[in-house]
Amino acid sequence: MDFSLSPGAADFRDEVRAFLDAHLTDEIIATMHRTGTFNDKGFNGALADSGLLAGAVPGYGDRDPIELYVLFNELEKAGAPYDGLAVTMLVAGVINAVGTDFQREHVLAKLLTGRFNCCLGYSEPDHGSDVAAITTRAVRDGDQWVINGQKMWTTMAHESDWVILLTRTDPDVPKHKGLTMFLVPMDTPGIEVQPVPTMATERTNATFYDEARIGDEWRLGEVNGGWSVMGVALAFERGVMGGTNPAVPLLRHVRAWAGGAPSPDGGLMIDDPLLRERIARTAIANQVSQLLTLRAAWIAATGGLPGLEGSMAKLYATDRYQQAVGWFQQMAGADGLLDFDTDGAAADGWIDYDARHSPVTTIYGGTTEINRNNVAERHLGLPRAR
Amino acid sequence: MDLALTADQETLREVFADFFASEAGPDRARAAEPSGFDSRSWERLLETGAPGMGLPESAGGGGASLGDLGVVAEELGAAIAPLPLVEHAVAGRLLAATGACSEPVAEGSDIATLALRPARDGICHLVPAGAVARHVVALDGDRLVLSSSGAPGVALGNHGCLPLAHRSIDGATVLLEGPGAHAAFDRALDEWRTLTAAALVGIGRTALDLGVEYAKERHQFGKPIGAFQAVQHLLADLPGLVDGARLLSAKAAWAGDSDLDSSNGVIDPGSNDITDFATLAGMALVFAGEAATTTTDRSLHVHGGYGFAEEYDIQLFYRRARAWALVLDDPARECRRIADLLLATSEDAA
Ligand SMILES: Cc1cc2nc3c(=O)[nH]c(=O)nc-3n(C[C@H](O)[C@H](O)[C@H](O)COP(=O)(O)OP(=O)(O)OC[C@H]3O[C@@H](n4cnc5c(N)ncnc54)[C@H](O)[C@@H]3O)c2cc1C
Repeated sequence: MDFSLSPGAADFRDEVRAFLDAHLTDEIIATMHRTGTFNDKGFNGALADSGLLAGAVPGYGDRDPIELYVLFNELEKAGAPYDGLAVTMLVAGVINAVGTDFQREHVLAKLLTGRFNCCLGYSEPDHGSDVAAITTRAVRDGDQWVINGQKMWTTMAHESDWVILLTRTDPDVPKHKGLTMFLVPMDTPGIEVQPVPTMATERTNATFYDEARIGDEWRLGEVNGGWSVMGVALAFERGVMGGTNPAVPLLRHVRAWAGGAPSPDGGLMIDDPLLRERIARTAIANQVSQLLTLRAAWIAATGGLPGLEGSMAKLYATDRYQQAVGWFQQMAGADGLLDFDTDGAAADGWIDYDARHSPVTTIYGGTTEINRNNVAERHLGLPRAR
Repeated sequence: MDLALTADQETLREVFADFFASEAGPDRARAAEPSGFDSRSWERLLETGAPGMGLPESAGGGGASLGDLGVVAEELGAAIAPLPLVEHAVAGRLLAATGACSEPVAEGSDIATLALRPARDGICHLVPAGAVARHVVALDGDRLVLSSSGAPGVALGNHGCLPLAHRSIDGATVLLEGPGAHAAFDRALDEWRTLTAAALVGIGRTALDLGVEYAKERHQFGKPIGAFQAVQHLLADLPGLVDGARLLSAKAAWAGDSDLDSSNGVIDPGSNDITDFATLAGMALVFAGEAATTTTDRSLHVHGGYGFAEEYDIQLFYRRARAWALVLDDPARECRRIADLLLATSEDAA
């Protein structure tokens, strides 16, 4: 095996790092956490202008797919606002895989400029893990579709130009067979977006569809073929596009804090043997998470669709991230409770932030239980449990 | 970037998977308890050339890389073969590096091993393969020494049925002295960590297979226990651990083969860039030990009472998963050593 990046990918990584040095300001990071919107259109646009988004769409173009991994991994490690960008590029990948010429021309091309956003409209108030059971209806009317229903957790809807919307088009067939995906322009009359605040400042939304009318040109994939479009989208989402190295910035913040924080036992926290052990364990977990993610990216780069490998990376990385956050929050003691805006906060408030943020990582993008079901059934070949 | 085995390594993997399965599999490991060594299997192993494959060609060896040896070590672990191949390979490479590798060691007719801890008052404690190795390479103060006092043949009774023994270094020859002695020893110990990690990956791999097979066959309440979600979820975390450990030990081997040490390897935990061999070797052993421990733990549990019975193989894997890593040290202390490496570089490097 060879673990070195190809010269091309290494150059690309250096370009991304240079871009981050020049463009990722403390102000951008502070704004993202103040607003809860992990998306910055100016930053995204600058990335595109620097030519760094050309390889960011899974399956598109002739760039080395490892670049996709490198880009999102560097953004994640740097603590940049990349959630909106990742979802947008994922949708671009889905359009590239199953979209029409019209959609490529009118949407994909714009997404590559970094100045437009997409969001994912799968989950509903009553249907999350069992997403194939959703009830938002799309009914055909001539060459138009009329959409009624409600989506929940439509993160970035308030920033977005399009939503990929999973709808029910046939309620009389088994649940997976009556779904259709649409690419719905967010300025369509009848769509309403309401904020849903969360305990970690990050903002998400509830979205409402009341007689929203769109043309058939916005259908993504076949009528009643929505489940296979979901399959493509999920394979792109799990593992490769960020989300598996959250403990890298955590470790950086902890190290910076421990280097200056006095220990109640005398000396500095960085000399505390238990903290040192845990720093090493976290660094090991970070390497393993990176390697599992890299494997998924490498499978994609060599022509495969790494769904289960992505699930394995997510299962492992999010579990260890939560474990590390728990350790460091306890070891920071009361100072670790203080938030970004409070003087004396351990790690300038990052410990409080990670402790707030980490619970969601085993929930969104498919919960840990759903990923375990997938690995158990499709990788280990165990009988269906349900 | 290439995460596949080379064609030659694929062949190596197949050849040694077959060899260990037929000549040194779990039945032989069971029969070799408590000494932990099957001399007839070792004789057969000599015919494959494995004992000397990792030596440079100039020393009469096969010129195999650490990566190649790791492939063989994983297969050895997957079969829990009662053969001290990892120790012999590492000690042989160290001897070759000092120009002291004899022909019997290169062939494997003389077994060599590495004392993992420096000698204290002339004794090396708990030397792996110490019960069966004629030659022990050890660190004694600032000197790297070779003791060829012959194998005691009797192992200290232990958890993993490893051929452990205390060995005296009385009358040992000095191979190297001073900083060079430490550097050569440290390199060998990191090779041992890397290959032991690979062997632990093999343990984890088979333990997972045993658990999954059992969960498909064993019925309770009218269905296979593998249809219970609680059982599925115990097992579903494991492939990521085993695969992660394989990738990390392969990365350590790659760094070792590329000669990435503190002078040219990267140690930057702040951006999760690590290419330094010593750091990766330490990480690989800690993680593979943990992966094998968790995997055998859960697989044994899934076997119910039979997992505890001597008759079932999983208990053989369970005990070795712990012993093969702990023979070096408490993983927490290994982690603190790794932290010293990680935190030695300035933060500005991040
Ligand atoms: C901050 C945030 C952002 C999100 N962003 C988006 C987005 O942009 N677009 C979008 O469509 N969705 C989004 N989601 C929704 C997310 O995908 C769902 O929350 C997730 O799929 C779980 O669904 P649920 O919340 O309805 O929980 P439920 O499905 O009700 O699950 C509740 C619990 O039951 C467990 N459970 C459920 N089914 C099983 C089973 N078969 N076996 C074992 N255990 C089971 C789950 O693991 C979980 O622990 C977001 C969620 C959050 C919190």
